[in-house]
Amino acid sequence: MNQPERAKEDEQPVISLRGATASLGARPVLRGVDLEVRRGEVVALLGANGSGKSTAVRAIVGQVPLTGGELELFGTPKRRFRDWARIGYVPQRTTAAAGVPATVREVVSAGRLARTKLGFSRRADRDAVVKALELVGMADRLKDSVNALSGGQHQRVLIARALAVEPELLIMDEPMAGVDLASQEVLANALREEVARGTTVLLVLHELGPLEPLIDRAIVLRDGCVVHDGPPPEAVGQHALPGHDHVHPHADPAAEPTRTGLLS
Amino acid sequence: MEILDAAFMQRALLAALLVGITAPAIGIYLVQRHQALMGDGIGHVALTGVGLGFLLNTSPVWVAATVCVVGAVVMELIRSYGKARGDIALAMLFYGGMAGGVMLINLSDNGSNANLVTYLFGSLTTVSEQDITAICILAAFVILATLGLRRQLFAICQDEEFARVTGLPVRLLNLLIAVTAALTVTVAMRVVGLLLVSALMVIPVAASQQIARSFATTLALSVGIGVLVTLSGTTTSYYVDVPPGATIVLMAIGVFVALTLIATPLARSRARQKALDEERCTLAEPGAPGAPDDVRV
Repeated sequence: MNQPERAKEDEQPVISLRGATASLGARPVLRGVDLEVRRGEVVALLGANGSGKSTAVRAIVGQVPLTGGELELFGTPKRRFRDWARIGYVPQRTTAAAGVPATVREVVSAGRLARTKLGFSRRADRDAVVKALELVGMADRLKDSVNALSGGQHQRVLIARALAVEPELLIMDEPMAGVDLASQEVLANALREEVARGTTVLLVLHELGPLEPLIDRAIVLRDGCVVHDGPPPEAVGQHALPGHDHVHPHADPAAEPTRTGLLS
Repeated sequence: MEILDAAFMQRALLAALLVGITAPAIGIYLVQRHQALMGDGIGHVALTGVGLGFLLNTSPVWVAATVCVVGAVVMELIRSYGKARGDIALAMLFYGGMAGGVMLINLSDNGSNANLVTYLFGSLTTVSEQDITAICILAAFVILATLGLRRQLFAICQDEEFARVTGLPVRLLNLLIAVTAALTVTVAMRVVGLLLVSALMVIPVAASQQIARSFATTLALSVGIGVLVTLSGTTTSYYVDVPPGATIVLMAIGVFVALTLIATPLARSRARQKALDEERCTLAEPGAPGAPDDVRV
């Protein structure tokens, strides 16, 4: 891409969702969502279970069809968008394993297919896989079976797979769900490095946790509508939603926010 | 080797070799996405193709291949679109295919129950010259597809949603898996028989999983086991006069049991090693190579 084209692109939002509606079966899940992510931003999508945050993200990557509204990725309408190597996606998963054993390297290498497509794997592809695993602190587990990993390590592998794409935009659906504190810190550091490199990030979170300092903006969904779009709220998750009466007592204020990631 | 003197045995052994390679090579992807019984379903549908071949007096292999491909594509469409009642639709397809085959074979002039049995359970003497040409062409396609596109097929069977977001032509590759599985069934039909085809797609993979840690090893080992059991089963069947399909499948199960028995102490010693390494971990410098992990049993 030449310089003027790149400059023009910089002004365009990386993700632009306008008036998006979507349903799962007969149930409307998104009811007119406007969402914009600009280049270099780190945006968290928050909300209670069933608020539509996961559906919004899956609609952005084309896994849930929109019944109305418009979606543009890097300034291109979704139906004409083919440049998937610019996007790294971390789906909501509890495991990176499937029905046949596979090593960490094999699973992460799948990310490179965004660039090689039906072609062969080259040196640069193998290097990118190692680099992605180094970033999440799993380079020493390259040859291990994913079946032997802990929950947090599965999540690190899934994130490394998205990083192996070498994306400009990282989209993550609950990357911290079921992740132990040590892995959360590792992932927060990996993300910090990616963001410093200029990667744009959109991530679904149940609570901000150790990622809080990285987040530029938070969008809160409730019942398929945006109810907050601005600086990250003090309290997060359910607590951020208007109308939520914060009545339950906390035994120890120092314990807030709960950072186990197990509440979700 | 007197076994190689008979022309029918040469053909039977070549067919067995090709079955040993192709069935696990496509079966591994079906097992990976928890569709281990798909081959069985295609086998049922193939019977209609065989019956149609008898009725039209043409090569049953080619007609069965065509019918299998149509059946497998329908199964794939049911899998990817119809979430609800998908299993009912599949059951209709499977038993419809089976019943249709039995009916058509009985309607045809040269069809008999004895003929039907050779297709259901395999037979060495019936691999004709015409059959072996078809089997070679189909097997070449299956090998090219499953090994040439293994990285792509691995990705879509490991995590289909992620694969779609990488921009891979996932729908096309899914159809390729279905078509390849269908062709493998017709390749294997003459030697192991339609009712036992699926066993060769699944059992060698299941056996390899007992000791393998990577997909690449599992694939190589499955094909190795596949070739071992099809060749030795076919040879045994020649000398002892037992049905080849059943011999091959029972041998495969034997390999599975043997590897499972080997794997259990292996996994235990690996787990013990790992536990030891983890105790040492606090002292080891960061970046030291990780402990070998235990395998899935």
